Amino acid sequence: MEVSMTVNGREVSADVEPRTLLVHFLREELRLTGTHVGCETGYCGACTVHVDGQAIKSCTMLAVQANGSEVKTIEGLASNGDLHPVQEGFWERHGLQCGFCTPGMIMSATALLDENSNPSEDEIRHGIEGNLCRCTGYHNIVRAVEYAGAKMRGEDPPPPDWEGAE
Amino acid sequence: MYPRSFDYVAPNTLAEAFNALGDNCKVMAGGMSLIPLMKMRLFTPGVVVDIGNLPDMDQITDEGDHIKVGALVRHGTTASDGLIAANAQALATAAALTGDVQVRNRGTTCGALAHADIAADQPAGALAADAVMVVESAGGSREVAASDFFVDSLTSACGPQEILTHIKIPKAGEDEGSAYDKLGRRGGHSDYAVAGAAAWVKKSNGSIEAARVALTGVGTKPQLAESVAEALVGTDGSDAAIEAAAQHAVDGVVVLEDLYGSEEYKTHLAKVYVGRAIKQAIANV
Repeated sequence: MEVSMTVNGREVSADVEPRTLLVHFLREELRLTGTHVGCETGYCGACTVHVDGQAIKSCTMLAVQANGSEVKTIEGLASNGDLHPVQEGFWERHGLQCGFCTPGMIMSATALLDENSNPSEDEIRHGIEGNLCRCTGYHNIVRAVEYAGAKMRGEDPPPPDWEGAE
Repeated sequence: MYPRSFDYVAPNTLAEAFNALGDNCKVMAGGMSLIPLMKMRLFTPGVVVDIGNLPDMDQITDEGDHIKVGALVRHGTTASDGLIAANAQALATAAALTGDVQVRNRGTTCGALAHADIAADQPAGALAADAVMVVESAGGSREVAASDFFVDSLTSACGPQEILTHIKIPKAGEDEGSAYDKLGRRGGHSDYAVAGAAAWVKKSNGSIEAARVALTGVGTKPQLAESVAEALVGTDGSDAAIEAAAQHAVDGVVVLEDLYGSEEYKTHLAKVYVGRAIKQAIANV
């Protein structure tokens, strides 16, 4: 079946089997391998991308369902080599260790901040409920999102937890 | 872990959708339940009829004596819509506690109801709200009461060549309130219900005039706990009355042990969450 969509601002179209999952279309057809395949069951959220502005799990959506949609992946966040504030936050606040969950985590966090520019810690934790991280214990991820939120609001980010620590 | 090959149809009208529905077909709205099952090859439909393009089905509308929730209304919309909150708080909360953000962005309330998972949240909310399911096919339209809709595990009264096009939720009066609460499989409110309960009450002169209580996660299907409602009606809705009524939570229910709890534990949880749901429903009046 012929599908057409806009991915990171670029119009793409291809002939795919109906059973092709969006994540495989992105990774294998478009070679956008930043979107990860984690659990394949819909639990882990590593495959999170934006479809028409909303965070969705691309392993639980058929490519044909995204026909005519606007898709944004982790590759579409930075502009002209400048990291998106959420990417910067993950860098500055050590929001990752192995990095496998990071693309999905960042896409969920960006969708959250697009909707709520100043989320509480509780709202951040609920906002990333659909993304599993097996390294960090989530703590630094929350700090990373707080950092990004502050930057996006034009405020100074809160100091890192380790500042002043012995 | 691809699904097996299938033919895909994305009709633009309901008539086209009915036309496409033949043998070995599955209707897909958001796909949040269907796609994982197809990936695991537990379901291998020959044709998937994607109703995602059908017009005007993503609307929640005020129809006078009831609220109409279309087949493409997402969980996230049900969770945040003012009409649902005002008339069926139990369903709104159940939708808010369904899946996670990404799932709530794609999955639909009607899809979750038609799918009829034994541990899903919104069936309990629909039962408490006394929702009416409107099931349509090429042969016409029929209405099924929520209490008749959930037949068995993953089996609803919506047939393979029918589409749950919308549900009707009766408008709530000022003396009515409802609520939903659960223990999720990953603790707190996360994931499907180990046990969950929805309650609806109607008060009159300080006593409970009518009640409906529904269970999920505990038995072979989402179902009404009729003995609880009977025990509650006529009482003053005090903590003691709620506690006494909640003891009937699993009367007539076949409690299923599963990976998440023994029969004894689930029976205990059912009583706890029935009590909590009733208490919150009374507070929501």
